[in-house]
Amino acid sequence: MKLFVSEGNPHCLKVLAALEVTGVQCDVQYVNHEERVVPFLSRPALPALLLPSGLHLFSSNAICRYLFEIGGQDSSERCNQWLEWEATDLQPALLQALHMAVLHGKGSEVSKVLQGPLNYLEQSLSKGNTPYLTGEAVSVADVVLWAALYPVLSDSSLASERASVKAWFDRGAVLHSCESAAQKVLQGKGLQGMKSYMQRQPAPQNSQSRDTQPCNSNPAEGVEDERAVSEEEMEAAALTWSKGLNSCPLATDRQHPILPHEGKRNLLVTSALPYVNNVPHLGNIIGCVLSADVFSRYGRLRGWNMLFVCGTDEYGTATENKAREEGLTPQQICDKYHAIHSSIYKWFQIDFDFFGRTTTEKQTEIAQDIFWRIHKHGFLIEDTVEQLRCENCQRFLADRFVEGICPQCSYPEARGDQCDKCGRLINAVELREPQCKVCRQTPVVRSSKHLFLDLPKLEPQLEQWLDKSTSTGDWTANAKQITRSWLRDGLKPRCITRDLRWGTPVPHPDFKEKVFYVWFDAPIGYLSITANYTDKWEKWWKNPHQVELYNFMAKDNVPFHSVVFPCSLLGAQDNYTLVSHLIATEYLNYEDTKFSKSRGVGVFGDMAKDTGIPSDVWRFYLLYVRPEGQDSAFSWADMALKNNSELLNNLGNFINRAGMFVTKFFEGCVPAMELQQEDKKLLALVGWELQQYIQLMDKVKIRDALRHILNISRHGNQYIQVNEPWKKIKGGDAERQRAGTVTGVSVNIACLLSVMLLPYMPTVSQTIRDQLSAPQSCVNTMLQDTGTFVCSLSAGHRIGTVSPLFQKLEVDQIEALKKRFGGQQTTAQRANSTQLAAVPAAAAEVATVNGVDPEKAKQLTQAVTEQGEKVRALKAQKAEKAMITAEVAKLLDLKKQLALAEGKSSEPAPQKGKRK
Amino acid sequence: MALRELSSLEKYLGLKKPNKYSTQADKKIPVLQNNNGPPLVGLVTIACHLVKEAKRPNLLGDSAESRAVVHQWLEYRVTKLDGCTKEDIKTILKDLNLYLQDKVYMAGNQFTLADPFMYYGIHPLIVCHLHREIPGTQTCQTVVDLAIQDKEQYVNVTRWFDHIQHYPGIRHHLPPVVVPRNRLYTSKHH
Repeated sequence: MKLFVSEGNPHCLKVLAALEVTGVQCDVQYVNHEERVVPFLSRPALPALLLPSGLHLFSSNAICRYLFEIGGQDSSERCNQWLEWEATDLQPALLQALHMAVLHGKGSEVSKVLQGPLNYLEQSLSKGNTPYLTGEAVSVADVVLWAALYPVLSDSSLASERASVKAWFDRGAVLHSCESAAQKVLQGKGLQGMKSYMQRQPAPQNSQSRDTQPCNSNPAEGVEDERAVSEEEMEAAALTWSKGLNSCPLATDRQHPILPHEGKRNLLVTSALPYVNNVPHLGNIIGCVLSADVFSRYGRLRGWNMLFVCGTDEYGTATENKAREEGLTPQQICDKYHAIHSSIYKWFQIDFDFFGRTTTEKQTEIAQDIFWRIHKHGFLIEDTVEQLRCENCQRFLADRFVEGICPQCSYPEARGDQCDKCGRLINAVELREPQCKVCRQTPVVRSSKHLFLDLPKLEPQLEQWLDKSTSTGDWTANAKQITRSWLRDGLKPRCITRDLRWGTPVPHPDFKEKVFYVWFDAPIGYLSITANYTDKWEKWWKNPHQVELYNFMAKDNVPFHSVVFPCSLLGAQDNYTLVSHLIATEYLNYEDTKFSKSRGVGVFGDMAKDTGIPSDVWRFYLLYVRPEGQDSAFSWADMALKNNSELLNNLGNFINRAGMFVTKFFEGCVPAMELQQEDKKLLALVGWELQQYIQLMDKVKIRDALRHILNISRHGNQYIQVNEPWKKIKGGDAERQRAGTVTGVSVNIACLLSVMLLPYMPTVSQTIRDQLSAPQSCVNTMLQDTGTFVCSLSAGHRIGTVSPLFQKLEVDQIEALKKRFGGQQTTAQRANSTQLAAVPAAAAEVATVNGVDPEKAKQLTQAVTEQGEKVRALKAQKAEKAMITAEVAKLLDLKKQLALAEGKSSEPAPQKGKRK
Repeated sequence: MALRELSSLEKYLGLKKPNKYSTQADKKIPVLQNNNGPPLVGLVTIACHLVKEAKRPNLLGDSAESRAVVHQWLEYRVTKLDGCTKEDIKTILKDLNLYLQDKVYMAGNQFTLADPFMYYGIHPLIVCHLHREIPGTQTCQTVVDLAIQDKEQYVNVTRWFDHIQHYPGIRHHLPPVVVPRNRLYTSKHH
């Protein structure tokens, strides 16, 4: 028998102390931390004990237990319990504490981290009233805990605050052995003796991440622990169940215009305004409109008074640019793209109360009013900025309208804001030989006067408001953090005017021919869009006492909603409604890369419907991977998996079975139900999931709440599985009665599920209720207060025709989609798939809009192939060099054109910057 | 999960009267109210208690050595398998595969509590990590197919796993994992 230990390893303290205490004879060998003693473990594990049989023990507790047993002391049940507690509760905390103290020098954190376990130990010791953990004599539990705690207890005053722990720790019998073991392991260096060992350990997970789902970031995987349900809970659930549906009037259809009501919860919901000249991708959709839609639908079910507005953000340079490219006016571009956006959101079933746009009269009116108010209250500053002006075009040139020679690397086609070759940021006036991109004339440097919003002056007001809003409202963690970092860096005045034409005109006479900068103008769109919806828009926007404002966005938009726009409104001093709840998502990646329009990578809003996958399934999957709290990724394989496992096998399977049993065994009528303990237990479990769902949804934890829906159908499937109504129906009266109860309870759970699903999958939700002929009042009964799961389909209720809700996504289907949207597809495939997909008019337009032209690409591919062959032939014939060079040049040119036609950048894709 | 596992264990042990459990704290540690003393806390502790109750002490090992080995794996299950990350899974499977190379059961040639206990812990990892596709019939049971490459890679683990899931009275609350029986390569290719 041989014991392997290493210096500075706290686990070795335990086994050496156990060896001393038991007096067992054993060779001890000191080895390196990295030494792999146990042959089958890939990571070094010390201490290790080589048993006479040739087996290895690699757990310090198992080794101690063994030493005690061969020393003649079996461990008791109490002992086992302490050893288990030590391994599962104390060790993770200790590891974290030691990590902090030894590697980060934060000895002060130790007491905080260990507080829980030490208090538990104190309680147990004082309650047990025995000198040692399991009685009057030292046991393996004492030695293991003592040695585990020795490094921290001997080094600090932690024990002295806890009388019983201190008395136990100081008791001589173990103390001597442990101290001598500690001397061997730590060499009298205290905590620092463990440094080299700790450095080799993986950083401990903190307690938060331990609570998260293991193995993956998906909320619904990993079967939930079954909760223990008390008698009281069961009775309460049965009582609720018996209450039946609300008799209160049905939620009537929305009456427009919706206005705030005294005595109601009035919620104004906005989602970030999508920029008009781009087709939104899935990341845009989940971050803004889809999240806001789910919350609005949920709020309506809760009986809140909701108004959900959004619209396209239409002013700015990018629109002017695009208009020039397409030979249209900016207004025409906006009209065209506004329609595209509308149709995409319609397909995704985004239920706006109003979807407007920023290029309206109201926008001008309200933006100018806010401007004059800010001006009047002295929050604007004038300053002069040097800019390039094209005398030929008679206008100042936005950075993107200038090209020239890069002052750094002399690349001839550097843009006004950045050089594509060296990547450096450029100030447009620094370009050598600048050219107007439109007329190719040389612009001149002119200074131009601009207005700046005096953010530093508004900062105290802003901070005061932020303190209140972030502490009383639901701001996502990233929103708070981004806002804090902006404030920490200090605010600077921000320019609000631009020398452009396509924008809201600045009304000030000294700034004629200027427009408002989009960042100032765009958020005002929320107000003007509401004003286009109702004349009484001020009841929403100048009513902070009655109205709570929810802003939905992706995290890149946070500063504009938490700092800049609130400053505009605070500066205007007109009792505006400021944001109360700021809900920001992280980023959604596409198959572990980024969505990229130019590279054709990813799924864009207009393409989703061409996949043949229903809108509800798209919604479900996007919400399932909603980047809530951390970035997440869209993956085709995962989408298929979630569709097949969660929707089909779990949710759809349960609802379908429940309905089929009613149809097949009870002639389509819900049977009588006699609740037994088991049924009440299920009602309590389902009721609990419903409560969790409501708590989470109230806090806009959309993805987490979805898990609880899926848990309910899991409970339901299990309930059916255990009770086997299809067998019982063939039995005697009592058994048939039982089959009836199980079927009736199940079909009622299906009805509850349809309500909970409504915000996520509106069509499926309605289909379920149609199939069950469920009364409309179930919709506004179940989500009241903390959740009320009532029997809404009572005995005798006749249901409709039941049919499967979901379809399997096949592997080859998914593989084909993955190829199609992967970005690396060959031109032939691309042209092909575009034709096959029968792209709707809108999408086809988008394709050509971006210079993408599948037909042309096809021709060019052919040309490239032919030219390539020609070059190869010439080379093979060893033709004249000049001739080859000329042909190669032709080939390169063709390839460049092809890339353009495919919508790829003709330059090689830029190296991605470092990722967080 | 823990509670379902304990009730499966009770069934396997043939305990007539099911025990009543509750759970503690966020981590949902199982607790057994014991008539003869303070409550028992912790999955391993309760499982060992059940084995004693059923008078099957051999399930915890029949010698000091095998008892130590069994306890080591029980601890491994609750400290290493539960709550492991996706990155850990490969290492765990690789290690176990090597360990099981010359063993029929976790503790050698004898079936012990370590087998169902490790099986219950490994099951979610295999489901989470190794399966490829779930046949999508709207039927009653989720069946998980083990990808054939993984089966080849972790041949000893899958052999043991398949053995334990077919061991009478063990699987209970978990869906079966289908271990493909045909070989990846036919002998012709060798």
